Amino acid sequence: MKFIPTIGLEVHVQLKTESKIFCTCANSYGKAQNSVVCPVCLGMPGVLPVLNKKVVDLAIKTAVALQCTVYPLSIFARKNYFYPDLPKGYQISQFEEPLALNGKLDIPVNGSWKTIGVTRIHLEEDAGKSVHPAGKEKLTESRIDVNRCGIPLIEIVSEPDIDSPEEAYLYLTRLKQLLLYLEVSDCNMEEGSLRCDANVSVRPETTDKLGVKTELKNLNSFRYVEKALKFEINRQTRMAENGEEIHQQTLSWDAAKDTAVLMRTKEGSDDYRYFPEPDLIPLVIDNLWIKEIEKTIPELPREKKERLIKQYGISEQNAEVLTTTRELADYFEDTAKSGKDYKKTSNWILSEVLMVLKERKITIGEFSVPPKDIAELIDLIGSGAISGKIAKDVFVEMVDSGGPPSEIVKNKGLEQVSDTGSIDKVIESILVEHQKEVKEYLGGKERLYGFFVGQVMKATQGKANPEIVNRILKDKLSRLPG
Amino acid sequence: MMSLKECINSVRNGQKSCEELTSQTLKRIRSEDSYNIFLEVYDTESLEQAREVDKRIKSGNAGELAGCVIGVKDIICLAGKKVTCGSHILENYVSPYTATAIEKLEAADAVVVGKTNMDEFAMGSTNENSYFGPVLDPVDKELVPGGSSGGSAAAVAAKLVPVTLGSDTGGSIRQPAAFCGITGIKPTYGRVSRFGLVAFASSLDQIGPMGQNVEDVATILKVISGYDKRDSTSVNVEVPDFQLELSSPIKKDSIRIGYLSDMYGEGLDEEIKKSIMETIDKLKTDGFTVGEVKLPHMSYAISVYYIIANAEASSNLARYDGARYGHRAEGAGDLKGMYLASRNSGFGEEVMRRIILGTYVLSAGYYDAYYRKAQKVRRLIYDDFKNAFQDYDVLITPTTPTPPYKIGEKIDDPLAMYLGDIFTIPVNLAGLPGLSIPCGKTKAGLPIGLQIIGKHFDESSILKTGHYIEQNY
Repeated sequence: MKFIPTIGLEVHVQLKTESKIFCTCANSYGKAQNSVVCPVCLGMPGVLPVLNKKVVDLAIKTAVALQCTVYPLSIFARKNYFYPDLPKGYQISQFEEPLALNGKLDIPVNGSWKTIGVTRIHLEEDAGKSVHPAGKEKLTESRIDVNRCGIPLIEIVSEPDIDSPEEAYLYLTRLKQLLLYLEVSDCNMEEGSLRCDANVSVRPETTDKLGVKTELKNLNSFRYVEKALKFEINRQTRMAENGEEIHQQTLSWDAAKDTAVLMRTKEGSDDYRYFPEPDLIPLVIDNLWIKEIEKTIPELPREKKERLIKQYGISEQNAEVLTTTRELADYFEDTAKSGKDYKKTSNWILSEVLMVLKERKITIGEFSVPPKDIAELIDLIGSGAISGKIAKDVFVEMVDSGGPPSEIVKNKGLEQVSDTGSIDKVIESILVEHQKEVKEYLGGKERLYGFFVGQVMKATQGKANPEIVNRILKDKLSRLPG
Repeated sequence: MMSLKECINSVRNGQKSCEELTSQTLKRIRSEDSYNIFLEVYDTESLEQAREVDKRIKSGNAGELAGCVIGVKDIICLAGKKVTCGSHILENYVSPYTATAIEKLEAADAVVVGKTNMDEFAMGSTNENSYFGPVLDPVDKELVPGGSSGGSAAAVAAKLVPVTLGSDTGGSIRQPAAFCGITGIKPTYGRVSRFGLVAFASSLDQIGPMGQNVEDVATILKVISGYDKRDSTSVNVEVPDFQLELSSPIKKDSIRIGYLSDMYGEGLDEEIKKSIMETIDKLKTDGFTVGEVKLPHMSYAISVYYIIANAEASSNLARYDGARYGHRAEGAGDLKGMYLASRNSGFGEEVMRRIILGTYVLSAGYYDAYYRKAQKVRRLIYDDFKNAFQDYDVLITPTTPTPPYKIGEKIDDPLAMYLGDIFTIPVNLAGLPGLSIPCGKTKAGLPIGLQIIGKHFDESSILKTGHYIEQNY
C-alpha cells in the first residue's frame, strides 16, 4: 500500500519594529544579556502591557499580502505555562479570536502554481532564552537572558495542504521571500527571527482520513525542515506498513545526528489554560486602518516577475531569479534603465554579479558597484570597445577598486583591437612561429585551432576582437596547402 | 485627629507646617499602632518630602494635597520600597518603579507615610491571611477589621492617618470600611490606573481611597483618577471635581434611589436590615424618589466571582516562582522542585486554595463549564444593573450581611467567609462604583456599613448621596 504524507507548518516571525510589543524597550538583537529590559517585559509585580500599534501595522500588512481576512475585533489571550525564561508565567498571545484568518500562498510546483492555505495569523510576544554555559558536560546551572521577552511575533499557521518535504521547503522559501518584500521581518533563522515547526502525518492512498500527526521542533533551517520531514515520513510510513500504531507526540530534530528525538507525548503535553487577557482591551481594526496599510504594500514577487518579463523581454527563468529579492530586482531595473540591452544586463547580473556576491558572501545591498557602471560595462561590450573576456577583468577591477568601467579600460589600455591589418600581422607571425602545430592541424588534429586562438590572444594581451581573430585565422588556415 | 480637609486647611492657613503634621503622624503610628496596621513606615523620607512641600507652600506653588499624610496598602508599588502584598513570597521584594496612583498623589504634594497590612495578595475578608499577622479592629481588638484592605481601614479608624489607599476586587475597600466604621469607595473599573497595583484579578481590581468622611475620599479620588496610557483598561473620561460637587446642596429630584427588594432573606443580620431600611425611609420622607429594584442574577455573583477572580489570580500569581525575584526555597534540586518548594513555602493557604481553584476552572475540559459560563453570567449580572439604572441613579444595599465578627471565628469556613461579600462582589463584576459609609451601630456597638452603587463613571451621584446621608442622619 502506498502512503501519502500531509504536512502543515507553523512559522513564527519576529516583526521588525523599533520597540517591543508591550513596552518601550528597543526591539534589538545581540545586546549584552539582560540589558534591554524594563519592569514591563520583566513581568515585575504590578506592571501592565500596552500594545505597540506598529506591531499591528506589520501584522496587518502580512495578513493582507497573504490574502487573509483581517478581523475587525481580535482578542489577546494568556497562554499559561511555567518556564524560567517566561517572566510572567504566561505568554500574551491570541487564541480563539486571532488577528486574521483564511489566507493563502501560491508555490510553484511542476511548472504551475499550487495554493497552500493559511489558516490563521496571530500576534504574540516572544519569550526569553535559557542560556547554558558552554563547555560543561553536566549542567550545573542555567541562566536566563530576558532581552528577547516581548519581541513582537506573528505566528503564521498553514493548512495541511503540503504534500511533500520539497513542497514544505518551497512554501517556506516563498513565505520568507514575501516577508522580506514586505519588510516586516529580517527573517534571519540564525538569529531566530524566523522559526518553524512542522506537523506531519501519513495516510493510506485509499483514504482521505488524516493519520495521527506528530510535531517536529528545533528546525533551524529550511533544509532541516525538509530533512526532518523526510525522516519522519519514512518513520511513520514504516510504522504504518508494519501495522504499528502512531502516537501523537512532539519530536525535536537533532541536526548533528540527522534524527528526530522524542520531546514529549500527548499525555505529557502542557495544558496552556488559555483565557482572554484581562489587561488588554480587544484589538479593533477598522477598514480605514486596513486601507492605510494596503497602501504600504509593495509590488510582490509574482507580479514583479510577470512585469519584468513583459517590460524587459527577459526570460522567465531570469525574471524568476532576479525577483528572488526586492533588492536584486531593483538592482536589475536600475541597471536596465541606464543601459540598452536588457537581456545582456539580466544575464550579466545573474552570472557575474551573483558570483561576486556568492564569493564575497555579501548581499546585493552591500555590493559597491553602482548599477549605472554595470550598464556602462555592458554598453562597452555591445559597442565592441572591449571583449567579453576583458570585460570580466574590468569588472573585477570595478569591484575591487571602483570607478566607471570606461576609465578603467582607458587607464589600463584595454580597448579591444578590431583593426584587421594588425590582427592579420599577428596571426601571420604566429603561424610562422608554430610550423609544427600547423602541420599537425592540417594533418587532421583540429583541436589545435584553440591553441592558435590562444596564442593570438596572448600576443595581443587578450585585446584582439575574437570575431575578427576567428575570421582571419580560419581564412588563413584554409588557404594553406594541406 | 483632624480630617483630611482640616489638615489641608491648617497647612494652607499656615497654622501648621506639613513637617509638623507628618512628624505628629509618625509619632502617632509609633505610639498608637497596637493593631498591627503598618508594615513599614518611611520616617526619614516622609519628613524630607514634607519639608519640600513646606518650601512649595512658602513659594506659593504647593499642590492641592499639601497637608495630606497618607498610608498606602502594601500592594501598590513605590520605587525603592518593599511591596510585600502581605506575602512571604514577596517579603523582601523592592519595587523598581512607582504606581501611577502614588505618582499622582505625590505630584499633588501628598506625603506617603508608610504601607499598611493586608490579606495576602488581597485574598481575604478578615486580614487573617496576612503573612505578617492579622490586623486588629480598632473598634474592638477581638474583632476582625475586614479585608483585604484591613490595614488601610484600621489606620483611618485608629486615627493614625486621615486617609489611606486600598484596593478592591470583590469588596476589599468597602467591607473593611464597614467593619471599621469608616468610609471607602471603589471607583468605576477604569477610573483609576491599575499600573503599579499588584494584580489579584485584573478584570476586577481597582484602587480607591478610604477616609473618615465622604468629602475626604472625594478629595483623594479626584487626584488619583484619570486615564493612564500605561493602563490600557483605564478609560479616558472627564474627572469631575468630586469634592467641589459636594459643596452645593443636593438636588433631591435629580437622584432617584433604588434599593434591593429581594436581598433581605437568609443571612442578613436583622439589625443591619433595620438600620438600612430606616435610612431608606428617611430619604423617602426627605423627598427623594425611592423604589425597590430586583437583581435576579445576583445570587450567582459569588460563584461567578470565585471562578473569574481565581482564574485570573492563578495566572497573575504564576510569576512568583522563585526564579527571578522574591522568595526562593533553596536546595530543592531541579527546576520543578524549586518551583514547587518556593511556591509551597512562599504562599499561604488561602492563596494556594485560590490558585488551585483558578487553575482547575481554566483546565482543558472544564473551561467551558466554568470560566466561559461564568463570563456569560457575569454579563447577565451587568445587565441586571443596567436595567435597574434605567429607573434609578443609585442603588442602596447593606455593605455586608453581618457586622464584624471575632478573629478566628470563620477562618476554618472559607465558604461562610465568601458569603460575606454578597453585596460587594456584584459591583466589581459589573465594573460599577460603590461607596460604603457608616450607617449607625448595632446594639452591641458594632459598626454597620451602607453601600451606595452608581452607574459607570457616576461616582458623583454616590458621593453626593453618601454625603447627604452622612451630614443629615
